[in-house]
Amino acid sequence: MAAPLGTGTRTEEPGQEKQDAQEKEIAPPERAEEAKLKAKYPNLGQKPGGSDFLMKRLQKGQKYFDSGDYNMAKAKMKNKQLPSTGPDKNLVTGDHIPTPQDLPQRKSSLVTSKLAG
Amino acid sequence: FPGAGGGNDIQWCFSQVKGAVDDDVAEADIISTVEFNHSGELLATGDKGGRVVIFQQEQENKTQSHSRGEYNVYSTFQSHEPEFDYLKSLEIEEKINKIRWLPQKNAAQFLLSTNDKTIKLWKISERDKRPEGYNLKEEDGRYRDPTTVTTLRVPVFRPMDLMVEASPRRIFANAHTYHINSISINSDYETYLSADDLRINLWHLEITDRSFNIVDIKPANMEELTEVITAAEFHPNSCNTFVYSSSKGTIRLCDMRASALCDRHSKLFEEPEDPSNRSFFSEIISSISDVKFSHSGRYMMTRDYLSVKIWDLNMENRPVETYQVHEYLRSKLCSLYENDCIFDKFECCWNGSDSIVMTGSYNNFFRMFDRNTKRDITLEASRENNKPRTVLKPRKVCASGKRKKDEISVDSLDFNKKILHTAWHPKENIIAVATTNNLYIFQDKMN
Repeated sequence: MAAPLGTGTRTEEPGQEKQDAQEKEIAPPERAEEAKLKAKYPNLGQKPGGSDFLMKRLQKGQKYFDSGDYNMAKAKMKNKQLPSTGPDKNLVTGDHIPTPQDLPQRKSSLVTSKLAG
Repeated sequence: FPGAGGGNDIQWCFSQVKGAVDDDVAEADIISTVEFNHSGELLATGDKGGRVVIFQQEQENKTQSHSRGEYNVYSTFQSHEPEFDYLKSLEIEEKINKIRWLPQKNAAQFLLSTNDKTIKLWKISERDKRPEGYNLKEEDGRYRDPTTVTTLRVPVFRPMDLMVEASPRRIFANAHTYHINSISINSDYETYLSADDLRINLWHLEITDRSFNIVDIKPANMEELTEVITAAEFHPNSCNTFVYSSSKGTIRLCDMRASALCDRHSKLFEEPEDPSNRSFFSEIISSISDVKFSHSGRYMMTRDYLSVKIWDLNMENRPVETYQVHEYLRSKLCSLYENDCIFDKFECCWNGSDSIVMTGSYNNFFRMFDRNTKRDITLEASRENNKPRTVLKPRKVCASGKRKKDEISVDSLDFNKKILHTAWHPKENIIAVATTNNLYIFQDKMN
C-alpha cells in the first residue's frame, strides 16, 4: 500500500495553510518532550542540546591516570585505605584517584570474527 | 503492499545471514561498517573488535537461474588493535569506523580501513600456485645435503588450494588529534581524504609521512566550539570537489582549486528552520550522521536523526526531497535522549541507478524510498523471515491510536536493535543489512 503523503516525500511546496497545520502538528510533540525532559532534569542548561554532547564527543576515550598523583596519595595515606571507586569505574569523582586496577584491561581480539564462522 | 502492485516494484527475499545466533553479543562482534567493492563481487564488514571480514560472491551457476551467487567468506584479518596513548591518557579503540575499496587495477584488491586515529591500506591477494622442485630444499622446506644432489632440475609452479592473503601496505598515522569519522577516495584514484571532528586531511595513497590539512574548523578558544564535522566525501567525478556535513545540519561543498585551505566553502547547504519550532532537541536531531553523493554526482543525500534528505548540488537553500524515516519518534525524544539513542548515527545509501535510497531504523527495521514512484517500504532483518525466495512482508509501525493487526506500536519497538549500516550492490538489487552482530543479505526475487 502506498505510504500516505504525511510520511512520504514532500517534493512540492505545500500551500501556506497546509504548512501551518503541519507545523502545528509537528511542534507540540517536540515541545512536550522538551518539557518532560526539563521537568526531570531542572538543571539542564540553557544551552541548546548539542554543546555538552559535543565536548563529550571530543573527549571520548579519555582515561585519566596520573602516576604522580597516585604515588603521592599512596605516600600520604600510608596507613589509611585509598578511597575506591563506586560501582561505575568510568566515573572519576571526588577524592578517588584512578588506579592502574581501575583502568579497564584492553584485550585485542585474537578470536576470529563470528561472521567468518 | 508495494510489492504486490506495480510491476517495477522490487520484491525483496531473504538470501543469507552471517554471524552468531546467540543473543549474548560480545562487544567485539558489533558490526561497525559494511561496504561493497566497485564491482559488487566483494562485500567487506568491519567490527568493534578491529576485524575485517570479506565475502565473495559465487560465480553465477547457469543451472541455478533462480538466484544470484551467494556470498561466502573470502578473507578475514585483524585490521586494527587497541592502543593506549600514554602521553594524552587516551584510549584508542580498535573499532573499524569505515572501509572504502579502491577500484581494481590488477589481480589484487585494495581497501582502506580506519579506526579513530589510523588509516591502513590493505592488499588482498590470491595465491593459487606454488613453486615445487627446488634443488637444494626438500618439499617441506628442510635443506638437502648438497653432497646428495646429483642432478639439476628446474623448479616449476604447480597448482595449490587457493590461499587469500591480506597484508598492510601503508599505514597512515599520527595525522588526527580528534576521532576519524570518514575516509573517501578521490576519483583520481591517487588521493583520499580523512575527516575527524574538526579537521579534514588530504593524503596521497603512496605517501604515509605527510598529509595536507584542507579543512580546519577548530576555534582558537575551545569554549567557543559549536559545531563538529560529522561526515565527508569526495565528489564521484570532480576530483577537486568534496563535501562535509556538520552537527548543526549543514553541508559545505568545497573546491580545492580555490585555495589550499578550504575553510571557506564554495556552497553551503542548509534548510532554513522555523525559529518557533525550535526546541532543546532541534540541534541534536538536525545533526547529519551521513552524507553520500549519488552515483551521477548531481545529487547528495544526508541522514539526520528522523529523516533522509536529497539535495540538488545546484540548490543550496533547501533539499529537493525529504523522506521521513520514523517520524513517530518525535514524541519519544525525551526517553531517546535519556537512553542516548538520540545520538545514534544512521547511515544511508543509494541503489546503483540512484532511483531508490535506503536507511536503517530501530527494531531491526530498515526503510527504502523510491524517488520515482514516491512509495516507501519498511522491512525487517530477522531470522524469522529466513526462507529463501519468500518475499519479505512489509512492516508498519502504529504511531498512535488503534493498532491494526500486524502493526507494531511505537512502545513495543526494541531500541537496542538498531540498523545503522546498510549497503546496496553497485549494479544489482542485492543489499547487505547489518544488525548489531549479524549481516543479512537480501536479493530481489528473480523470475
